[in-house]
Amino acid sequence: MLVKTIFAGFGGQGVLMMGFSLSHCAMSEGYEVTFLPAYGAEMRGGTANCTVAIGDEEIASPISSEPNYIVVMNTPSLYSFQNKVVSGGVLFINSSIIKSEPRRKDISFYKIPSSEIAEQIGNSRASNTVMMGAFIQKTGIVSPEAYLKSLESVMGSKKKNVMDINRKAFASGYEYMSRLL
Amino acid sequence: MKKVFGRPHSLKTSVFHYCPGCGHSIAHRITCEVIDELNIRGITIGVPPAGCAVLAYFYFDVDMIEAPHGRGPAMATGIKRVLPDRVVFSYQGDGDLTAIGIAESFHAANRGENITVIFINNAVYGMTGGQLAPTTMLGQKTTTSPLGRNASLDGYPVKLSELLVPLPGTTYIERCAVNSPANILKAKKAIKKAFQCQMEGNGFSLVEILSPCPTNWKMSAVDSCKWIDEVMTKVFPLGVIKDTPAAGKKTGKTEKEENAG
Amino acid sequence: MNKVLMQGNNVIAEAAIRAGCRFYAGYPITPQNELCEYMAEHIRKVEGGVFIQSESEIAAINMVAGASAAGVRAMTSSSSPGISLKQEGISSMAACELPGVIVNIMRGGPGLGNIRPSQGDYFQATRGGGHGDYRVIVLAPATCQELADLTMDAFDLADNYRTPAMILADGMMGQMMEPVVFKEPKRRQYPERYMLKGAGEGKSRFIKGLILDQSDMEEHNWKLDRKYQVIMKNETRFEVYRAEDAELMIVAYGTAARIAKGAVKRLGDSNLKVGLFRPITLWPYPSSELREFSRKIKNFIVFEMSTGQMLEDVRLALQGFADIDFYGRPGGVVPTPAELANVIIHRYKKSSKKKELC
Repeated sequence: MLVKTIFAGFGGQGVLMMGFSLSHCAMSEGYEVTFLPAYGAEMRGGTANCTVAIGDEEIASPISSEPNYIVVMNTPSLYSFQNKVVSGGVLFINSSIIKSEPRRKDISFYKIPSSEIAEQIGNSRASNTVMMGAFIQKTGIVSPEAYLKSLESVMGSKKKNVMDINRKAFASGYEYMSRLL
Repeated sequence: MKKVFGRPHSLKTSVFHYCPGCGHSIAHRITCEVIDELNIRGITIGVPPAGCAVLAYFYFDVDMIEAPHGRGPAMATGIKRVLPDRVVFSYQGDGDLTAIGIAESFHAANRGENITVIFINNAVYGMTGGQLAPTTMLGQKTTTSPLGRNASLDGYPVKLSELLVPLPGTTYIERCAVNSPANILKAKKAIKKAFQCQMEGNGFSLVEILSPCPTNWKMSAVDSCKWIDEVMTKVFPLGVIKDTPAAGKKTGKTEKEENAG
Repeated sequence: MNKVLMQGNNVIAEAAIRAGCRFYAGYPITPQNELCEYMAEHIRKVEGGVFIQSESEIAAINMVAGASAAGVRAMTSSSSPGISLKQEGISSMAACELPGVIVNIMRGGPGLGNIRPSQGDYFQATRGGGHGDYRVIVLAPATCQELADLTMDAFDLADNYRTPAMILADGMMGQMMEPVVFKEPKRRQYPERYMLKGAGEGKSRFIKGLILDQSDMEEHNWKLDRKYQVIMKNETRFEVYRAEDAELMIVAYGTAARIAKGAVKRLGDSNLKVGLFRPITLWPYPSSELREFSRKIKNFIVFEMSTGQMLEDVRLALQGFADIDFYGRPGGVVPTPAELANVIIHRYKKSSKKKELC
């Protein structure tokens, strides 16, 4: 198995956190993993993205020219990355912000209103965790339990109440995806 | 019989290689006298420069490490931060300190590094054969200003000591000369004060010494001493330039303790 | 076993602190800033730890030289243009036989180039880099785990041979995160007599690289060379992958070796017999170990993220005993394993055709 995912969005949407928490979880589950954030000038202008590679064996390249999954949190990211996803791959779209749809017919995509769901449960900043719920429901790369455990450990014990909101956010995203499928 | 004059203990017995009339040997000697008087030979680490004084370790009987051209204050910073209870000085010429190493000098001063710089200003590059230095006088002939220093082409003499005054990290700056017995005694006092400043943890101290270079000035030793009085001191006036002991007071804490607040 | 997910730059800094590094001076430059930042936050938390954000790369390396002379493990880091600035100090440290670790997180060059991962500084790193007759021990990690292990080893090697050692990685190694387990560092063994701490009651000492007498300088050069010969004899490191029945061998280091391993793995299912030779020490270069393979393997492809620098060392190692082909992606481009696999297939077929013709 070798699965590569790109997470992309505005800075502040928690895009790097999505990738990092997934990577952490994959590591805890015993997988080989690499996490590569965009850096330097790429980060200027408010966009952020990262690539996560998860596999059974040593990972050759942490870069991905044809990722299996792409999670886009804002419209510019959809335009930048929709053509990169491998044929047959999957796009996850934050439909609260992104109003357009990918034009490619050889991939599938899911629209998750993650910002709205996050607001409903009381914290718009948990939009990324909502998306992770949907992402993990669909991809099954790691189990929901393992993911939440990793999320808790990467967020640190100080943010106990934040973790409660994140649990809720994750569950809502997960559930939303189950209903979509 | 009471001994009233002798070779300083921290000055080695080797014969100076400096030219007749050169100010380096006097500056070396008075620095060693100060080291003796403060009884700090065993805890002093010196950083000689690239330049005529590159062989200073043949004369100073203290631990020494040479620095690449101009990097004395950086090297001294590294040593002092690791060994804060040692007395660390860098010995530098005008090319070393005010040209190639001005960044290192300026920033060591600005960080208030608790080190002492002994700055020999002889208005030329000595070792390389008398080229223009940042401190060369206007009109002064050197091998690279054969018609005399021309301000519109070569700029003006750099007064580094004065430039460092506004930096809160600097504590004691004095300009002296070694061209007369009276001036030599004043220079020695200044070096002693600078070392004491460092030992009290006050921060960056610098003693600029106007020093004769008869060979490259193409003058007799006596005329060189006169030239310092008549020409150099007009641009580089002698005296205490800054003396604010408490400005950059070092707490004596380690970086770990400082970090913890 | 305590596995942590850490970014390469941070891994190097953490490994250095664990290895007993107590002095760091550096200047920000992408893509190694996180190393500098990690040091700023963490090295001051340990007893005796010193962090200085220096005014320049030149100042940083000279501060490191001073700290090293004063007796602590010291490190600086930068990326390509900054490493060029440090060369004065590295040459001086080699001359004065001062240990120290320099990290180069390479980016595209020459000049300011860009901030993408590149391997264009191989010549600079392996040929000394500054002026004069000297070498620097160069370690080329290919994973975050190796960043940790080799950083610790770099301090030991630098101490053992009293010479600067360099970690040569690139922007990708610096920026990526991978799981890492920090090994227990060895205890430092560096005699007091090499440290400059003030003469005390004893004889004063001096450390210098200026030796005006030419025959003394010649002897100093030979002394350094004898040391380098010992390093060359004892310290070469490399990894081989699928070399057993290989008919073609890829030679690559660092990030390029990761890509090459991926490509070799992809070709594993085909009937092409391709292996990988990965030097871990770039100086000393594992020349004789590589040459051993030319007894059986007659086709080598050197793959670098440059226009061909290590290629020269491979030529020197193989001494004409095998054909050497080159594939390079300079300027900050990181090719995919698939791309490299295609190149290998193409060249493999070409070489087997040549064999048939013979």
